[in-house]
Amino acid sequence: MSTHSGDDARYTTYLPGGHHWSLRLRRGTTLTLTAREADTNVGLLCYNPENLLERLNLPDTLKAQHTFKLTRGHCLYSDMGRIFASIVADDLGWHDSVGGNLMPHHLLAKGWQSVSYQQAHNAWTRTGYDSFLVELAKYGLGRRDMAANLNLFSRVESDAQGRLRYVPGHCQPGASVTLRLEMDTLVILHTCPHPLDPSPDYPHRGVEIALGTAPAPTEDDICYRSRPENARGFANNRLYHLGL
Amino acid sequence: MIIESNQRPENAVSRTTVEAGDHYIGIVRAGQTLRLLDLEGNQAADTLFFNAHDTAERYSAMDTLREQGEVYLSAGSKLRSNEGRVLLTITADTCGRHDTLGGACASESNTVRYDLEKRHMHSCRDNWMQAIADHPEYGLTKRDITHNINFFMNVPVTEEGGLTFEDGISAPGKYVEMVAEMDVVVLISNCPQLNNPCNGYDPTPIELLIWD
Repeated sequence: MSTHSGDDARYTTYLPGGHHWSLRLRRGTTLTLTAREADTNVGLLCYNPENLLERLNLPDTLKAQHTFKLTRGHCLYSDMGRIFASIVADDLGWHDSVGGNLMPHHLLAKGWQSVSYQQAHNAWTRTGYDSFLVELAKYGLGRRDMAANLNLFSRVESDAQGRLRYVPGHCQPGASVTLRLEMDTLVILHTCPHPLDPSPDYPHRGVEIALGTAPAPTEDDICYRSRPENARGFANNRLYHLGL
Repeated sequence: MIIESNQRPENAVSRTTVEAGDHYIGIVRAGQTLRLLDLEGNQAADTLFFNAHDTAERYSAMDTLREQGEVYLSAGSKLRSNEGRVLLTITADTCGRHDTLGGACASESNTVRYDLEKRHMHSCRDNWMQAIADHPEYGLTKRDITHNINFFMNVPVTEEGGLTFEDGISAPGKYVEMVAEMDVVVLISNCPQLNNPCNGYDPTPIELLIWD
């Protein structure tokens, strides 16, 4: 259950559907995202603002924790063996690690009418790919830097044969997830639809954002204890914050 | 899916043995066929592909899996780029399944997976770093070292969302073969990992064969 949503929020805002944002979050900040509508999707990437070459690494995240989905107790790892953020509260039980990004060719293939800014102003149909490129460019980053992203709120599961299936209705209105930042992190996010979303039209589904603070995790923390690997990940963060 | 190849090794235009813990970087031209051969079995070949004319376009595990709707690679898999184009198509496979979720071993991730004091051990990512440092002509830097294919590795995903690392399903002489759909740079680390059963705790050589 959500335990960090809103109560101690230092700042709240709303990111409308089909939009993007980036924010540098300090260690000890909590980021709570709450869906207003069913089947909301939030694409997320993480970079180290001190060294932008250090970035979210989903393969390392998955294999370190022997998981295909992400939920409470899991950590988001950089390619340098450190933990950007841990998931300290989650109503959903599953966030997608494999779906990637909505691309321009999906708009066409899905029959989602491509709507320009001239036609619809800010209700136009941006792709997750372009949204990330826009935010990355603000930090001198580009195509080469776009790592595989998380899709918060979305669920893509595999059957016993390895066939993938997007699960509509997985996210319900009011569902919430809270990340606790374990080091200073540049968070890049967008609210473009999941590339496997079967909606007949491009859905604009935004997300409520609340920033708060959390005490430093102790050794009985759920994310610290969920895997022996995570205790070592936190040990790497400790070395980093010692100045190594 | 098991599909055997009709290509004959004696007709290959190049044959290269890559020892365990060593790397390979080279170009495979559009229309050429590339075979990775597991010489002694249970090896893991950590592989990246790039568009040879624009290396910012490269293999994307997520685009490949989502578009094929399946979580493993095998014969018929189209290996897609981060921009949705097909770099290569797997045309033959005697192994049956290859992983692209588990990523490469790295000095840094070894500290998390095994022990902080394992950080000095050789790893695939260090192997790639050596390759790109030795070959500046490809213009690759750390930014380009992304999520790879682990040919010959078996990493089953469960219906409940678990990820498990199983003993390899490869064996001596098993191979995977693919046709390049565009000119591609191929960058391979023949995995040196000594801490898990992905290569049976005994890293061994692979052979790369290319046909016109």
